[in-house]
Amino acid sequence: MPVFYGTEIASALMLGTAQYPSPAILAEAFRAARPGIATVSLRREAGGGQGFWDLVSGLGARILPNTAGCHSVKEAVTTAHMARELFGTAWIKLEVIGHADTLQPDVVALIEAAAILSADGFEVFPYCTEDLSVCGRLLDAGCQVLMPWGAPIGSGRGINNAYGLRSLRAHFPQVPLVVDAGIGLPSHAAQAMEMGFDAVLLNSAVACAGDPAAMARAMALAVEAGRAAFAADPMEARDMAAPSTPVIGKAFLE
Amino acid sequence: MGLIRILGAGVMGLSVATELVSRGHRVELVDPRPDPGPHGCSWWAGGMLAPFCEGESAEEPVERLGLGAIDWWDRHAGGVHRRGTLVLAQARDRSELDRFARRSRGHRSLHAGEIAALEPDLAGRFTSGLFYADEAHLSPRAALAALHQRLQAQGATFHTAPPDTTPDHIIDARGLAARDQLPDLRGVRGEMLVLRCPEVTLSRPVRLLHPRIPLYIVPRGDGVFMLGATMIESDRRGVVTARSVLELLSAAYALLPAFAEAELLETGADARPAFPDNLPHLRRRGATLFANGLYRHGFLLAPAVAAMVAEHLETGAAPEFMDEVLL
Repeated sequence: MPVFYGTEIASALMLGTAQYPSPAILAEAFRAARPGIATVSLRREAGGGQGFWDLVSGLGARILPNTAGCHSVKEAVTTAHMARELFGTAWIKLEVIGHADTLQPDVVALIEAAAILSADGFEVFPYCTEDLSVCGRLLDAGCQVLMPWGAPIGSGRGINNAYGLRSLRAHFPQVPLVVDAGIGLPSHAAQAMEMGFDAVLLNSAVACAGDPAAMARAMALAVEAGRAAFAADPMEARDMAAPSTPVIGKAFLE
Repeated sequence: MGLIRILGAGVMGLSVATELVSRGHRVELVDPRPDPGPHGCSWWAGGMLAPFCEGESAEEPVERLGLGAIDWWDRHAGGVHRRGTLVLAQARDRSELDRFARRSRGHRSLHAGEIAALEPDLAGRFTSGLFYADEAHLSPRAALAALHQRLQAQGATFHTAPPDTTPDHIIDARGLAARDQLPDLRGVRGEMLVLRCPEVTLSRPVRLLHPRIPLYIVPRGDGVFMLGATMIESDRRGVVTARSVLELLSAAYALLPAFAEAELLETGADARPAFPDNLPHLRRRGATLFANGLYRHGFLLAPAVAAMVAEHLETGAAPEFMDEVLL
């Protein structure tokens, strides 16, 4: 199971807590999927979110607060400090949005904020792109986990750049890597795990499904299947048909 | 049944009082500020009586029990406009419209010409939409004032503090203020704007679907429109944030650029009282019956909850939203 900053997590599925029809359905989804980590936002809820945060804290998953909605280093750093106080954790999912429409990360600001927060004792989970040099800089900044996107947040488009993510996995074999954002279907989640990623983080795919609890369960099964498949060392794809039973000597060409 | 004291004179308290008085019971209402006003969450409501649209994301009872609200408000407050609801999405968000159609009932699909026939302002702007013909809307402030006035005329009394009477039953309908007794109640922040734009003639609620910033616009008459509403997991009340104003206005502008020249008359925010399942609940504790948790369905569900309160008081039955009896 994934280990983040020295803590082993019981599941490779990480779930967001936004956009569910109700907290009761959110709790039902968590019971169905048993994710190891719950992400929670606080920038917009500041000044009155305690009721909801109490509900999230009771879901049985470890809390990973995020800086969703931040567009600058300063906003992200301030929000991270607020999160550390509110949730009593050094963990922070660092999001610095660079583009309002696509919600692409501003990787330059992200590296800067990651360095500031790491130096201040935070354990940073940066939401980033799959760019190798950006990821290298984030590690230099002190991050010990990377969370590259599968596709833009909320888009449900799956793994957009499988080559890039594979390459990232190969370049940083020892770093815990999480595919974050863009997962729309269980097959996307399974694909990420089959590629050797340590975990998958998703939200809209479950929260916006007609039956969130059923989709949460489907995602948990997919993550488990993908993880088991990677561990089983899958066969390589081949160009030629390769019969699995020998045919020589069989009387099939009479 | 004797005297019934109702704590709270928002949409819940006034609806319970109205239902009880209409059944011949004697009520008194206690609220530090008994007149309808900005201190109450229902003051800021949209006033859409839209059981089918709400059914898209709400639990099943919301549609079923909300259906009776239109006639109830017409009977007890008047001012109900039965003009249906129009649901639209921009071309690039077409999949939102498909999902909304799939997950709700009571609608038919409209093409561009039909949209223009219903709302001439929207001619040429949208190629497809959904029409919920059996929905309605009202002006919440006028409706609250009407209930308040009619109750007074019918002998209900309003008090700023508990009077020196001995009520036989107490109904606690204080909304979020009842959190001191109902620890699982939380606030869900909503922000709204009021615009005046006489050149716009929209005559029915219009919902603009968007993956991140959904918007509804409810006409209030005389060129005045209410824009709502954010849904934020926070119990912060009072002023609106710049981001919310920006998003609501951008969405309104996307719907109809004519809104760019509107006067911004009012902004407002409050916290809706909600239980974890976002459905109302009745709870009995000794002589007190709590009626709370209307969430974003104040005007839609208050009549049904009021009827359940009356039924419980009259027969002792445990209606649909009644939780176990707490002693």
